Amino acid sequence: MNNSPSKKIINLQHLLEIEGLSKDLIIKVFDMAETFLKTSQRDVRNVPILRGKTVCNLFFENSTRTRTTFEIAAKRLSADVINLDISSSSQSKGESIIDMVNNLIAMSADIFVIRHSKPGIPKFIADNIDKSVHVINAGDGNNAHPTQGLLDAFTIRKYKKKFTKLKVAIVGDILHSRVARSEIQALSILGVPEIRLVGPEELIPKDIGGIKVKPYFTMEEGLKDVDVIMMLRLQKERMDGGIPTKEEYFKNFGLNKKLVKIAKKDAIIMHPGPINRGVEIESEVADSKQSVILSQVTYGIAIRMAIMTMLIGKNISN
Amino acid sequence: MLLPNPQDLIGLMHNHIIKEIDDDTCLIGIPSGGEIILEELKKKIGNTINYGLIDTSYYRDDLDISGVSVKEKTTSIDFNINGKKVILIDDVFYTGRTVRAAINELFDFGRPKKISLYVLIDRQENELPIKPDFSAHKTNEIKSEYIDLIKNKKELRFKIRPLSE
Repeated sequence: MNNSPSKKIINLQHLLEIEGLSKDLIIKVFDMAETFLKTSQRDVRNVPILRGKTVCNLFFENSTRTRTTFEIAAKRLSADVINLDISSSSQSKGESIIDMVNNLIAMSADIFVIRHSKPGIPKFIADNIDKSVHVINAGDGNNAHPTQGLLDAFTIRKYKKKFTKLKVAIVGDILHSRVARSEIQALSILGVPEIRLVGPEELIPKDIGGIKVKPYFTMEEGLKDVDVIMMLRLQKERMDGGIPTKEEYFKNFGLNKKLVKIAKKDAIIMHPGPINRGVEIESEVADSKQSVILSQVTYGIAIRMAIMTMLIGKNISN
Repeated sequence: MLLPNPQDLIGLMHNHIIKEIDDDTCLIGIPSGGEIILEELKKKIGNTINYGLIDTSYYRDDLDISGVSVKEKTTSIDFNINGKKVILIDDVFYTGRTVRAAINELFDFGRPKKISLYVLIDRQENELPIKPDFSAHKTNEIKSEYIDLIKNKKELRFKIRPLSE
């Protein structure tokens, strides 16, 4: 039968950022995601957890992969999914975001998945709507992208098992990257002892919320003996001026075959996508055996299913 | 109230189950009690048939009340159940809700020819039109408590705990 006597209750109302999540909760998300990887291999991939619930994708900024994986995740949980095309919606008619969200709540939306170019918008919405509704931040400006941070850490767990012995290098434009911020927070909570930030000096922030990180300004030094290489996309849309040319960037910080050899033999190569072949990563490396880029996409669905399940369920007991 | 020895009940279940088993039969346990029983039956029956587990966490009807738990043992059915005779195994039959969830989940794996339910104890308090096909013991004397089959260092016993847990 169900329910063991030692019941642990962890409530999750919204997922706005990784900061503040407990290690226990993150592990619970991973364990649940594992079960969804299994259900995704069945003939019928759907489970009825969100039957009768409505998930609303509000993407104020373009996205293909994240929006699609959220949509697939919600549908695999049997939810109804609404994708709002913001450019053709009432936003363009001057309606405020809160009014717009409240209208959708009046239409019975239960979970909002929100992406916005401005940092803090998902939190602002979460703070100003009915408490029965849940918000998932799907990326806000250069602030946070918590589901990406979780799925990247989950991918590492799938290949490396123990976080507490890893050297992880995050390479590229850390300064403008919400993905890097969320990855760093997740890895830090999970106990990764060495997080290296590798990139041009002007794109490496001085401080990551007090988390101990090591800056490296050359690939040769930064990738030495690492277990995981996490590449980032050059965020041209979030930079004002001072952008290195593609050629210049690839020459200094693009990942090629020769550089991969500096890392440990069994190092895995990750990228949150979309990848710019020939800018951050050589094609041959992106398609190599060490690359787990496509696994990240698959695992992303399971992680998003786990997060939505945890938001809707009253508590998580073990 | 004293409940019978679980090993005796499993023995009764085995006597009954072997009459039903043919090449198309598979046994699927509902953790955790059903899994313990399955392990015992496996020792007696051997590996001539398929065994699986079905964890109903994602199919329950009380997610809004109880939330979703992640169990150590999750569903594991690594064979085709289409056209098969599935025997669901659980320790205790109580309201019928777990079995309802298990049947729903089974149909997401395929279309079995027949599903039957074997339990050690039938509490005779079903809240749905579902009843076990076989029960080794019937009781309706325990009212406000759960009964679970547990395994402690190879020894099987029934544990009684309050419904509020």
